[in-house]
Order: sequence, then C-alpha cells, then structure tokens
Amino acid sequence: MTSLTNTADAAIPELAGHQRRLLIAGGVGAAVSLAGLFFDVRQFLQSYLMAYMLCLGVTLGCLALGMVHQLSGGAWGVVIRRPIGAAARVLPVMTLLFLPIAFGMNRLYGWTNADLVAHDEALQHKHLYLNTPFFLVRAAVYFLVWNGLSYFLNAWSLEQDRTAEPRLARRMQRLSGGGLLAYGLTITFASFDWLMSLEPHWFSTIYGVLIVGGQGLSALAFLTAALVWLSRRPPLNRIVVPAHFHDLGNLMLAFVMLWAYFSFSQYLIIWSGNLPVEISWYLHRLQTGWRAVGLTLILFHFSAPFVVLLSRRAKREPDLLVKVAIGILIVRLIDLFWLIAPEFHQNGIFVSWLDVVLPLTLGSIWLACFIRQLRGRPLLPVHDPEFESALGRIIERGAPPRTAH
Amino acid sequence: MKGPSPLYGLMAEFDDVSSLVLAAERAYGEGYRCLDAYSPFPIEQLHEALGSHHTRLPLIVLIGGLCGCLGGYALQYWSSALAYPLNIGGKPLHSWPAFIPVTFECTILAAALSAVLGMLALNGLPMPYHPVFNVPRFALASRNRFFLCIEAIDPKFDVEATRRFLETLNPREVNTVAD
Repeated sequence: MTSLTNTADAAIPELAGHQRRLLIAGGVGAAVSLAGLFFDVRQFLQSYLMAYMLCLGVTLGCLALGMVHQLSGGAWGVVIRRPIGAAARVLPVMTLLFLPIAFGMNRLYGWTNADLVAHDEALQHKHLYLNTPFFLVRAAVYFLVWNGLSYFLNAWSLEQDRTAEPRLARRMQRLSGGGLLAYGLTITFASFDWLMSLEPHWFSTIYGVLIVGGQGLSALAFLTAALVWLSRRPPLNRIVVPAHFHDLGNLMLAFVMLWAYFSFSQYLIIWSGNLPVEISWYLHRLQTGWRAVGLTLILFHFSAPFVVLLSRRAKREPDLLVKVAIGILIVRLIDLFWLIAPEFHQNGIFVSWLDVVLPLTLGSIWLACFIRQLRGRPLLPVHDPEFESALGRIIERGAPPRTAH
Repeated sequence: MKGPSPLYGLMAEFDDVSSLVLAAERAYGEGYRCLDAYSPFPIEQLHEALGSHHTRLPLIVLIGGLCGCLGGYALQYWSSALAYPLNIGGKPLHSWPAFIPVTFECTILAAALSAVLGMLALNGLPMPYHPVFNVPRFALASRNRFFLCIEAIDPKFDVEATRRFLETLNPREVNTVAD
C-alpha cells in the first residue's frame, strides 16, 4: 500500500525526461511558428485559434468530467482522477495562452471593424453584445470561473490526500454541482464569442452544446490514451483492469454519438429552414472544396470510431483503444478546422503549414505542463471515499491476469 | 455415453458475493465447464469467473439494428419518392437529411426488440420448470444467498469427488439437485 502514496515522479522517473523533451519540442515549434507570424498574421491567428481551442477543450473537458465524476461516482473516474486534476491545473497556462487571441481579435473577428459595422444594419443591432470591451470582460469572467473551479477542487483534493478528512469529499461534490452549471453556461457563451462570431451574421443555438460534446470527447480520448500509458507502468499496472478501459470506451462511444447528434441536428434544422442568413454557413462549406473536410468528419469523427467502439473486444483491448483515442484527438482538430478555417478562405479549401505546426507546438507545451502537474502528486486518490469500494478488491488480490477472449 | 441420470448436479450455497466469485473461479480453474451461478442481483465479475462464454446476442442485435435502419429508410423513400410524391418547400423528393431521424429511431427500435426477443430465445425464458428449483433452499437465490451449481453433464463430474471439491470452498451447505 505504501507505494500507492508515492508521487508520480517517484513511481515513474522517466516523466521528467518526457517533460523536458516536450518543452524543447514546444520551444522549437514556437520559434518556427513565430516566423509564420511575420509572413501572415491572420493565418497565424486562425491556426492558433484552432490549436488553442483543442488544448482548451481537453483542459475544460477534463475539469467537467472531474465534476461529473464527483457527482456520479464510479470506478472509471477513480483511476483517471489524477490525470483529470493535472489537466485541469494547466488552466493558468491556458489563460496566458489566450493573450494572442485577445491581442489579435481585430484581425480575427470582422465585427471589430467599425467601417464594416457602420454599413451593416444587422451588425449594428448586435453591437450591444459584439463589441471589444464587453468581449474582453466576458473572456475574463470565463477564465475567472474556470480557474476558480479548478483551484478549489484541486486544493481540496490535495488536502484530502494529506488529512483524509471525509468532509472534503462532500464539499467537492457541492462545488461540482454548481460548477457544472457554471461550466455549461460559460462554455456556451465562450464558444459563441470565440468561434461562432467569426461569421457574425450566422447563429446556431445548438452551437454551445456542440462544443461541450466536443470538449468531453477530446478529454475522454486524451484520458484514455493517458491511462493506457500509465497502466503499463507501476503502480497502475497492478490496478487497471480491462473493465476500466471498457467503461472509458463506452463513454467515448456515447460522446461520439452525442457529437454526431448535435452536428446533424444543427444541419437538419438549418437545411429544413433554408433561410439565407443561416444556410450561407453551410453553402460555403458544402459547395466548395471544404466539402471534403465535411465528408472526412462524417467518416472518421462518427462512422469509424462508432463501428470500432461497438465491439466489446475493442474496448477491452488497450492497444486498440489507444489508437482509437489518438485518432479521435486528430479528428477533433479537423472538426475545429471545419468550424474555423472556411470563414477565412471562403472560395475553397486551403491548408496552411501553420495548421499543422501550431497544433503540434501548443500540444507539446500543453503536454509538458500536464506532465509537470502530474508529477507532483500520487497517481491514485487513496483517501477518496470511493477508493476502497472501487479498487480495494483489486489491490487486495492483485489484478487478474489479462484473459484472452 | 452414460445412461440417463436422475441427478442434475451439485449445488453449493454461499453467504456473500466474493465467496461465490472465488468459488466460481476455483471451479473453473479445476476444469469444470458445465456450471452456473445464481445470485439475487447481477455480479459483473461472475461473467469472467465462469469463463466468459460468448453469446450470439450481439450479432442478433446488430442484424436487427441494420434491418431497422434499412427498413426505416426504405419505407420513407418508398412513401415520399415513389408512392406519394409531394413537393415540399421545393426540396427534392428523395431528401435524405429529412429521413435520418426516423431511420435512426427505427434502428434503435429494431435493435432493442431483437435484444429482448433474442435474449429470451437464447436463454430459453420463460422457463416454468428448472431442476434447481428442486432444492428447497434455492428460493433464497432471490433474496440473500448465492449458489454455484456444477452440472452432472460435465465430463469431469463425479458425485463423490465433486462434492468433496465443493466442500473445500467453505459453502454453507452442498445439496444434490435432482433432475
């Protein structure tokens, strides 16, 4: 039992090396992409927004899943509680990384252009909401709420590790109830502000939940990949059993279907209504070269993971599940590309080298921060009230041998 | 082959979940294959302890779902494009986006029905008579007792040896089950 309370750093010494290598990769990527900033500022900001939304999606998705688990319980969450916490603690870095978007908003969002607004009646009506000061105030509020939730949940969890005080679990549950509500509202408005207002005339009321579903899926895919990696090293190699992967696979399947449901609902409603202001968003996506991206999403964001994750065997086989998880993270990026890039290149499909380099750069930096946060604490919440019931039996008897099916 | 045996098997009774799971694992490890466990509520680990035998139910559900999917779509195509062609909002007669929700619902309906009916067909329910009911204490299987039954058709089954084996698992008691 003593080894379970060691920090991740002590249990897996190679983490420090990975963190350093990722940070170097992130530094090199940042230097290369800064060169891109001098060539084409707008393209840089556009690719940056896409990469940023993916990393933010994993961070906030983990925060939200952590809160869901506080309320629902279950063995699936106990084994990923620490990666969830470490991902949520990357939020301060994500807050800093928002600055390029705040500084570059004049080049990203058409509604910041006073000349354009002066000649557009619709935009004049929307000016009450879509104006620079209010945009920045709202962003500050979102980050305040997210950082606050992450700070208190993580601080109480640390205290729980030290003191094993049972009242802390109750307190975390209470905060999570309200926190989920706050997350739902803030992310809805944040997605309206940062993504939907790229085309200020267009609106879709389902957009917020579409982003929420995407963030949940990104976070689950990342956590699954992280758990597969951790489950091959002590101490989790004695604890993680196929049933844990099965649960995560089922959750991924549910989120894949949820994303497809939201995306299709948005399409069906706009297609049925066929109103000029709404349908234009789809017209310049589906009647140009962007159509290929849409088909890619249908095939690889829905069909392929859906079919693979239906199989019980695939969900219990970590080697296969990790491939599905990494594939899902890649299509999540393509989905954000689909939401963002066509607004900047309305005539046809265009992929910049920055669309590849910036996600890799921000991804490396994010992962390095994640590992840094993971290293400082034990890999299992041993004083969680649910710990004994969820994992006690496995620890007592040793993980059963991986049975062949 | 043996002649018809009046014996269905031997059944051990346990007090709690972990004894039953442990017993099932031990019996499976000992080489017994024709065995079944009975408990008042579903126990996830039992499935593997009994040597998770594959069922054909997932395949039945998949086929049912596909039939529902194709059937639902075909019904809409036939009614909107062939039987009653109506111009609605200038949209094509074969407007696939409008067909998706009903297609989806038909998929779920057919898959769910084939899951229930397939389950009943495969496990033989409803079954008014089963030999385990011959043990009076078996009534407790729906309350607070857990049972493991090794059936006489198992190649390794031997009344004396199997009884001795079951006694080593610390059961409350071991009963013979008449066929």
